[in-house]
Amino acid sequence: MSIRPHLGETLTRQEIADNFADLHPPFSPTQAMAEAARCLYCYDAPCVKACPTAIDIPGFIHRIRSGNLDGSAKTILSANIMGGTCGRACPTEVLCEQACVLNGRDDQPVKIGQLQRHAVEHLIESGAGHPFRRAPPTGRRLAVIGAGPAGLSFAHRAAMLGHGVTVFEAKPKPGGLNEYGLAAYKMAEDFAQKEVAFLLGIGGIVIEYGKALGPALTLDALRQRFDGVFIGAGLGGVNRLGVPGEELARDALDFIAELRQAKDKSAVKIGHDVIVIGGGNTAIDAAVQARRLGARNVTLVYRRGAEAMSATGWEQDLARTNGVVVKLWSAPVKFEPGRASFAKTRLNGKFETTDETYSLPADMILLAIGQKLDAAPLAGLKLDGNKLWVNANYQTSLPGIFAGGDCIKAGEDLTVQAVEDGKRAAHAADAWLKGR
Amino acid sequence: MADLSCTVGGVESINPFWLASAPPTDKYINVKRAFDAGWGGAVWKTLGTDPPVVNVTSRYGVHRDLGRGIVGINNIELISDRPLDDNLREIEQLRREYPDRVIIGSLMAPIDEQAWKTLAAKIADTGVQGLELNLGCPHGMCERGMGSAVGQVPEMVEQTTRWVKEVAGSLPVFTKLTPNITDIVVPAEAARRGGADGVALINTLNSIISVDLDAMAPRPMVDGKGTHGGYCGTAVKPIALNMVSAIARDPETAPLAISAIGGITTWQDAAEFIALGAQGVQVCTAAMLYGFRIVDDMIDGLSHFMERHQYRAIADFRGRAVKNTVDWNDLNMNYDLKAFIHQDLCIECGRCYIACEDAAHQAIMIGKKPGGGRIFTVDNGECVGCNLCLHVCPVESCIEMKPVANGLPPLTWPDDPRNPLRKGI
Repeated sequence: MSIRPHLGETLTRQEIADNFADLHPPFSPTQAMAEAARCLYCYDAPCVKACPTAIDIPGFIHRIRSGNLDGSAKTILSANIMGGTCGRACPTEVLCEQACVLNGRDDQPVKIGQLQRHAVEHLIESGAGHPFRRAPPTGRRLAVIGAGPAGLSFAHRAAMLGHGVTVFEAKPKPGGLNEYGLAAYKMAEDFAQKEVAFLLGIGGIVIEYGKALGPALTLDALRQRFDGVFIGAGLGGVNRLGVPGEELARDALDFIAELRQAKDKSAVKIGHDVIVIGGGNTAIDAAVQARRLGARNVTLVYRRGAEAMSATGWEQDLARTNGVVVKLWSAPVKFEPGRASFAKTRLNGKFETTDETYSLPADMILLAIGQKLDAAPLAGLKLDGNKLWVNANYQTSLPGIFAGGDCIKAGEDLTVQAVEDGKRAAHAADAWLKGR
Repeated sequence: MADLSCTVGGVESINPFWLASAPPTDKYINVKRAFDAGWGGAVWKTLGTDPPVVNVTSRYGVHRDLGRGIVGINNIELISDRPLDDNLREIEQLRREYPDRVIIGSLMAPIDEQAWKTLAAKIADTGVQGLELNLGCPHGMCERGMGSAVGQVPEMVEQTTRWVKEVAGSLPVFTKLTPNITDIVVPAEAARRGGADGVALINTLNSIISVDLDAMAPRPMVDGKGTHGGYCGTAVKPIALNMVSAIARDPETAPLAISAIGGITTWQDAAEFIALGAQGVQVCTAAMLYGFRIVDDMIDGLSHFMERHQYRAIADFRGRAVKNTVDWNDLNMNYDLKAFIHQDLCIECGRCYIACEDAAHQAIMIGKKPGGGRIFTVDNGECVGCNLCLHVCPVESCIEMKPVANGLPPLTWPDDPRNPLRKGI
């Protein structure tokens, strides 16, 4: 799979389709065996501590090695029901794989993410059925706001604990950012939907689509109808730059969502000169995908140095190897049709913008400068900075209302953290219900 | 390049590496390819009296480690299934074409003097440099009263060896021993009484390599059923080393030449057998798995090893480890080792800790590093110097076993005051 942007104006349809195939093709059984054999089966392993969901990594890899793939997948999923997405999309280079002791031997870390994907997808595709069973029904009913990773993780665990769960989702499909926000080449083959279907196999979970918190669905009403509520609404609001011409720019997540939903990627319109503003993984996802759609020039502009980018080193390399030009220490000052202007920035005791400016041709500008909590429908709940406040048990300032995922402060805006939040919050809600 | 030429039971060879009697030495083309690759000799696949046997499919099963590496093969193949005359003509041809290479004729016959003698004489006429009695096959042939069925009865070992020796003339005779017995020295002594010039060991170990859990039958499967077979490969090397050393150490059998067989894959394996008294080695499984080219490294590696140690000939180090191979009662009770972990090499995997904690003496402690991470240290008071941590450590040289300078003189168990049955009580 290579980018060939010089084939006339755009790439062919087939080339674009190829560009959005799996970034890392799945392991064959033989590759998985060979890679699993590299794991040292550490005791009290550092990789487990580096995983937000604390998957028993040496345990699941050993099960691959012994030919116990079902057991391997169940080991993963018991800690992280979205282990499939995490295997594909986790920034393992800063989590488990960074902690792999093989790094200390000047060796490559075990490819934990790919092994995890191998085991989980084996189970999902084997048609063996859902590996977990529900506890006897408690008669309690829980509402969940948002069918993203946090909400679905909560729903699954709550259902396992015997509660009935209704999930309210604003969008027409489940999965949240797994479905709408991750780069297409990380989630090839419609995996987000396959994973949700698998997750719902536990039973006891109903999802109502097209229903967001708002006047028609208030927290108060939910509290009356249900025994408890979990908010996994994510961050619905978009940050603004506050520069002239900002209306010419588009939210990068909106672009990614369109791309993800397009069956034929070549139908997605892309500029010749694309500017992406931001320094996180979403910025990288947008920039790389713009290139893979055939944009001739993609420039990622970030206001600080590379070390300050929240995108991992691996993601930054991915951008460069895909031909994305990265411009650092530059802040946007003005967007006009066809052009974007920037001022050079610097650290001079403090971060400051200089008088030195430059402009770039731009027929498409994507903003990946982060999202913020859409707090209006959550009025009445205490905030912590710009996010929802929760205590150590994921309980908000209102009893019986729990929250997790990107909408609370603790998270790192990672799927894996959202899954952990949902799982823990479900246990907290279960304990709370038992105490009533 | 060191001089690798050697004499095995009176047979001169350009190097100590021979192919064992097995599928790789079944016919002209295989052995020709082996000689072209550099093997010093080949023991031809065992010949029997016509009509030739008939083999089944499939014939091999493998034992793998968790890394998918093959540590052993088991086979249910019988002796040569081609007409005797075809084999004899091919041996003659190869002897003419490769005069500097060794061909040993392997043979097997029912317990019948005439059968053994006739077959031995025919093979000897081809110009082979020696004969090897196959008294070892633990599968198939033993059900017909041959192979290990003979090798497990010392009187028959002696008898068949004598019969062959009587017609062999000046040709050296090797008796190939089965390891499927209790004490290898007993059949080796019998072979010597029968006049053998040498012994070849070990033949394969009786085994069931694995069970197919879907078919519920042992592998290799022949139409849904399996049988026990002969096990070989690196997994059997330790058993072979012990048996070779036992023959080399016993005064009765020490004069026998030893052609060592058993899981030899590298030059180091070969050197170990030679250090325990073998005059030459035979290889099968490694060639089956990787092809004849592996002899390159065997020759090269053994040569470099000998140069490093300034051994001019194989005889210079042959048997050197025999005197250091002793009974447990001759070990020094006052020797004391403690594990030492080199912290600069430690990658903090915890393998030493959990091995010692669960399976040994709880002598390794986990501490916290000031900057994060773990530090593993040995409690010398608890460490018994067992080596387990050293073996499970994935980093070369990270764990070192250091002798304790206790100033005590060597002391064996028979003299140890802690021995309730010690001498002089």
